[in-house]
Amino acid sequence: MNNPDEQRSPAPHLSLQGITKRYGGVTALDSVDFACHTGSIHAVLGENGAGKSTLIKIMSGVVTPDEGTLRLAGSERQFRGPADANAAGIVCIFQELSLIPDLSVADNICISNPPRRLGLIDNREQIRRAERVLARIQCEDVNPRSRVRDLPLSRRQMVEIAKALSRHPSVLILDEATSALTAADVDNVLALLRKLRDEGLAILTISHRMHEIEAVADMCSVFRNGQHIETFREGDRSPQSIVQMMIGREISAHFPDKRHHVSSEKALEVDALNWEDRLKDIKLDVGKGEIVGLGGLDGQGQKELLLGLFGVLRKLRGTVRIDGREVRIRTPLDAKQAGINMALIPEDRKTEGLLLPMSIEDNLALASLQNLSRGLFVDKLALSAAIDSGISRMQIKAGSPQDAVSTLSGGNQQKVVIAKWLMTKPKLVLLNDPTRGIDVGTKQEIYRLLRQLAEDGVSILIYTTDYEELIGCCDRVAVMYDGRIVRELQGDDINEHNIIASSLNMDEQLA
Amino acid sequence: MSTESSRHVAMDNLKIRLQKNAALFTVIVVFLAFYAFYNANHPRGFSTAVYIQNANEVFALAMVAMAQTIPVLMGGLDLSVGAIMTLVNCLASHLLNGSPSQIALGMLLCVLAGTACGFLNGCVVVYGRIQPIIATLATGAIFMGIALFLRPTPGGDVDGDLAWALTNDLYEIAATYGFAENGEAAWFTAISWIPVPLVLLVAAAVLVWLPFARSVTGRSVYAIGSAEGAAYMSGLSIDRAKIAAFTLGGFFAGLGGLYLTLQTSSGNADIPQAGAYTLNSIAAVVIGGTSLLGGVGSAIGSIFGALVLRTISFNFRIFEIDPLLQPLFEGVVLLAAVSLGALAVVRVKNTLDLFR
Repeated sequence: MNNPDEQRSPAPHLSLQGITKRYGGVTALDSVDFACHTGSIHAVLGENGAGKSTLIKIMSGVVTPDEGTLRLAGSERQFRGPADANAAGIVCIFQELSLIPDLSVADNICISNPPRRLGLIDNREQIRRAERVLARIQCEDVNPRSRVRDLPLSRRQMVEIAKALSRHPSVLILDEATSALTAADVDNVLALLRKLRDEGLAILTISHRMHEIEAVADMCSVFRNGQHIETFREGDRSPQSIVQMMIGREISAHFPDKRHHVSSEKALEVDALNWEDRLKDIKLDVGKGEIVGLGGLDGQGQKELLLGLFGVLRKLRGTVRIDGREVRIRTPLDAKQAGINMALIPEDRKTEGLLLPMSIEDNLALASLQNLSRGLFVDKLALSAAIDSGISRMQIKAGSPQDAVSTLSGGNQQKVVIAKWLMTKPKLVLLNDPTRGIDVGTKQEIYRLLRQLAEDGVSILIYTTDYEELIGCCDRVAVMYDGRIVRELQGDDINEHNIIASSLNMDEQLA
Repeated sequence: MSTESSRHVAMDNLKIRLQKNAALFTVIVVFLAFYAFYNANHPRGFSTAVYIQNANEVFALAMVAMAQTIPVLMGGLDLSVGAIMTLVNCLASHLLNGSPSQIALGMLLCVLAGTACGFLNGCVVVYGRIQPIIATLATGAIFMGIALFLRPTPGGDVDGDLAWALTNDLYEIAATYGFAENGEAAWFTAISWIPVPLVLLVAAAVLVWLPFARSVTGRSVYAIGSAEGAAYMSGLSIDRAKIAAFTLGGFFAGLGGLYLTLQTSSGNADIPQAGAYTLNSIAAVVIGGTSLLGGVGSAIGSIFGALVLRTISFNFRIFEIDPLLQPLFEGVVLLAAVSLGALAVVRVKNTLDLFR
């Protein structure tokens, strides 16, 4: 193992030696050695199931390792829970938000150690503290008195970061902390990370966004199958070879070939679609077997458009045609009926996509129970055949279909969501950021699947925050800005420059 | 420019405050309307005698409603609050007599007994890992059993002076225990008309509830009800907050039972009454604007919820409406309260938000 850490003079601030963690028969981490230093941003890379999540859970006291030792500033530590790790200065920003929705922003920021007067929480001081830390991450627009529940996801993520900072950590761990942020906030956060590093923090970040890692990381460590593969200085390895280390196999191309001709038949036609002030005169169509991407900055109405098509939004105005026939879709139940055959892969797989405690097969069966039942009862044989084909088609890696979905890794969970909807044999698939927080290998499987579906005549409308996906995956891209479609791109026009220019609504200035 | 923006912030803050307390304001307005209507139609309306009688009738339910609020804020239900009240009632009917120091010790023991019952509930929920609703169904039955053992038939011996002093106005306390010139002092006349149970109610709210709500443990209770996983990940001590919540609930229910003893001068292990108090406490909590899902609400709202419920029965009394209609009317008010809470649902434009 080539480990430049050993050549560095100062002792590591946080180090793990011989850490092993097993969940049942699965070894999540296999005698891992790992170290990170103060004044350094250390990126941890790896596929889902590589052991990254377990690694940070051990560091932050959420799980205890079966074997091995953890040292912080030279002394051996054993954490009994997240509170213990926090007290020792290790603070983690988890991918699943840890905010309390019914409490205010200030309550949340100060939750683990609120300012007290006479033993009681001092609300004024708490708000002052929250204002200070929000200003530090340039989030002055967030009112510390607002309920967290009332904030949009990207603001909540910033509050989460503010909360972590208010604890004055010596080790800050970010688990996909930028995946829900708007582009402007990502820049703020990356700038902040650099500042914190210069102030002497040890920062550990897990991200699937290579350009962010390139922008901030000093060190990179790659994990695969529960093992620490290699640690190297950022820039010492090409992105191609990093990806190679992560998946451990040769990949020919990131994206499957696009289709060369698309049928002129339209599967979906939307005209003059309006909702609240979030959707404005949307006109869009998707051809049979075409993949259309929705681009633009986060929060420009892309999610609302998908939800509106799927019957989730009330008082939606405008016309929607499926196969040339005008339809009114009032609920998700309407959307999946015969004649419409729509499927939506939702944004948040944990709450909208899956019933986490239920088994894989129950989850898979959920959307297609109607099609698979005879009279009042579910046709068991047809169901289990459909489930088996779903599992094998999506290559879901699971011990048994009876296992709870919550035991699967994030990528496999997302495959279950997609497989569930494919079992309804949809003709139009809407996807809301389906690759968020998913490893490279699974992403590529999803790209191949989308292309395969399109070739089978299924129409696809996909919203993604990742420009590369729009460029690599889509036959056509509609860029949204402030609730409108400001530009449609096709063929060679789908490039980073055009997408970014349209996202910022700069087309007029550039033209 | 800066004054413009600071005014904007102030408006924003006011709006947030109104939104947070909308349910509390509503239940206060409803109570004031019902109660003014009652007094206006009462032959001796707006008099001390009426206030004293009403305050007496409200106190035990208000305590039990406060007791219920805390587990509900945590996303649970406590089905044993009525039983704890009854247990303390039966215990108090044995202890509230003798020398002043014996009586004082007896009152302390009664409150401790209620608190201990709540602590037991908390331990069963936390260490037994049992859902609150079923844990308290079981412990409630146990508490009723002990109450029946203590007081197989209604009765008891309660110090008359104490019962008289605490169930009247402040004047009678002073007269009974001989301070403020037996209640005749000039400075005392301004407040001498205030019913004692009202003073005790305000004291319980201000001295116990408000500090609790602003303590770290109280904040944790709200956090658990709102998102338990997030509360755990934020490093809050979940187990301690849960036990504290049930313990404080037992404390309030014990106060209710103690007062019921003074009010009735006896102990009565009345199973239907205990059940009625438990169910009414849930109704009062809901009318008071606390979400049964947890995380939102306050015990102050529950006090007003209890006041609204009791005021309904006061109105029934003076209008001589068939008392058989009372449960029906109370049900309608409860339904209206719940529907008011559900009004927000109508405004939801994204139906996915309904399930969040």
